[in-house]
Amino acid sequence: MIHFYNVTKIYPGGIKALTDVTLHIQKGEFVFLVGPSGAGKSTLTKLIYREELPTRGQVLFNGKNVTRMRPREVPYLRRKIGMVFQDFRLLPQKTVFENVAFAMEVTGASGREIKKSVPRVLDMVGLASKAGVFPGHLSGGEQQRVSIARAIVNNPVLIIADEPTGNLDPETSWELMKLFLDINRRGTTIIMATHAQDIVDAMKKRVIELAGGRVVRDEKEGTYRYEA
Amino acid sequence: MRLRNVYYYIREAFQSILRNSWLSVASVGVVAVSLLILGSSLLLVLNASNVAANLEASVEISLFLKDNTTPAQIKNLEDRLKNTPGVVQVEFVTKQRALEEMKKNLGDNKDILAGLEEKNPLPDAFRIKTQSVDQVVPLAQQLEGLEQVEQVRYGQGVVENLMTFSRWVRTAGMVTMVLLGVAAVFLIATTIRLSVFARRREIGVMKFLGATNWFIRFPFLLEGMFLGLAGSLLAVIVVYYGYFSLIGSIQVSLPFMQLVSDRRLIMPLMEGLLIMGLVIGAAGSMISVHRFLKA
Repeated sequence: MIHFYNVTKIYPGGIKALTDVTLHIQKGEFVFLVGPSGAGKSTLTKLIYREELPTRGQVLFNGKNVTRMRPREVPYLRRKIGMVFQDFRLLPQKTVFENVAFAMEVTGASGREIKKSVPRVLDMVGLASKAGVFPGHLSGGEQQRVSIARAIVNNPVLIIADEPTGNLDPETSWELMKLFLDINRRGTTIIMATHAQDIVDAMKKRVIELAGGRVVRDEKEGTYRYEA
Repeated sequence: MRLRNVYYYIREAFQSILRNSWLSVASVGVVAVSLLILGSSLLLVLNASNVAANLEASVEISLFLKDNTTPAQIKNLEDRLKNTPGVVQVEFVTKQRALEEMKKNLGDNKDILAGLEEKNPLPDAFRIKTQSVDQVVPLAQQLEGLEQVEQVRYGQGVVENLMTFSRWVRTAGMVTMVLLGVAAVFLIATTIRLSVFARRREIGVMKFLGATNWFIRFPFLLEGMFLGLAGSLLAVIVVYYGYFSLIGSIQVSLPFMQLVSDRRLIMPLMEGLLIMGLVIGAAGSMISVHRFLKA
């Protein structure tokens, strides 16, 4: 589903974020991206949803060349991808329901569709009772659940999570991981950049390790650190 | 653009106006003040060019004839004048009529002229009006060469000054209008930029959720247009009522000052101001949002 061919990304100012990365991710996979800060994990995800363009090489998503996409096609690419961030990126002046509904409004969904889908996903993430609450009154874990609900409400084929548990305690992190596993079992591909060693080790999923902008390890049922 | 989004756009625009109420008031104020100045200067230009036009309309060429001119020669000359390009009106004034008019102008002092009826020293004359003032000077020079013409008078000097004056008024008016319009656009752009900046998080979220640029832009466009319209409405109300009350008080204290009070002239000006407000608001918000969508 996702193909990187010899991708190099150099930011203005000469900072080399990725060097000659080639990798393939199949539909339905659950992939951890690991590696130290600055290894290029975020850049790699940004190339998929075309927040950044590669300096060299090609990125394909669902058979479409993201690199050659026209700017006005980009929104439609992003509607197929659900995004979860470390800092949640919820809108503080909107309620939980409105935050999730916003993802649908943006695509031009009707009020009827919104009223049907939003309660369903809020129920899935276990926040049905907090629909009318503002994000500021929720715990970090609950806020991240809202952002997960927002990411899945448009039935994306891919979820990109950039350190989704980075700000959360271990117990909450595990609950969220179960949620991501659930979503993955329904067929949604998940790419997750993370530093949570115990989670990666316990989940036994594919692990891609980046270091200095290169893929240094790619294992089917990997762990956080390389085991000789 | 989908119809079902319209409700969303309007709701977002008004929510943003209410949420940033102080900023909104400031924007409306900026537009109002800019258009107030613009509207006042427009009225000033309107009046100045009206004065100029009135003066221009009263400019005429007097063609004094020699004393021995025969009626046939007069008829001949009249036909010739009427067929000259640029001439719109030719009036023959006999020496008797010239004397009558002189008496009327002198009023109580008309006794000075007593006894002149038998031996009238005034010449017969033609009064000629031209299409525009620009034609007065060349035409006058051309007429000087005609036979039986004693003298040509057209307020030498005054006409030339008047032409410079009205040209100057029009140019100054245009320059003022353009400058103030540009200034208003940039002031609105700055204020809307603050409103866009206040919502940069929201714009960022919209972008990764897959909102099209027009979807992001439209509420801001509506917001800008509404603020612009509100500001211009305020300016129009103040200018309109201010101007007509000025006319009212001037008619009492300075009756010889004639301000333009024709609503058929004033109304298009007010409508123009309203449209200006709308355009300024739209232009301002487009400029501000554009920079955020690029980044």
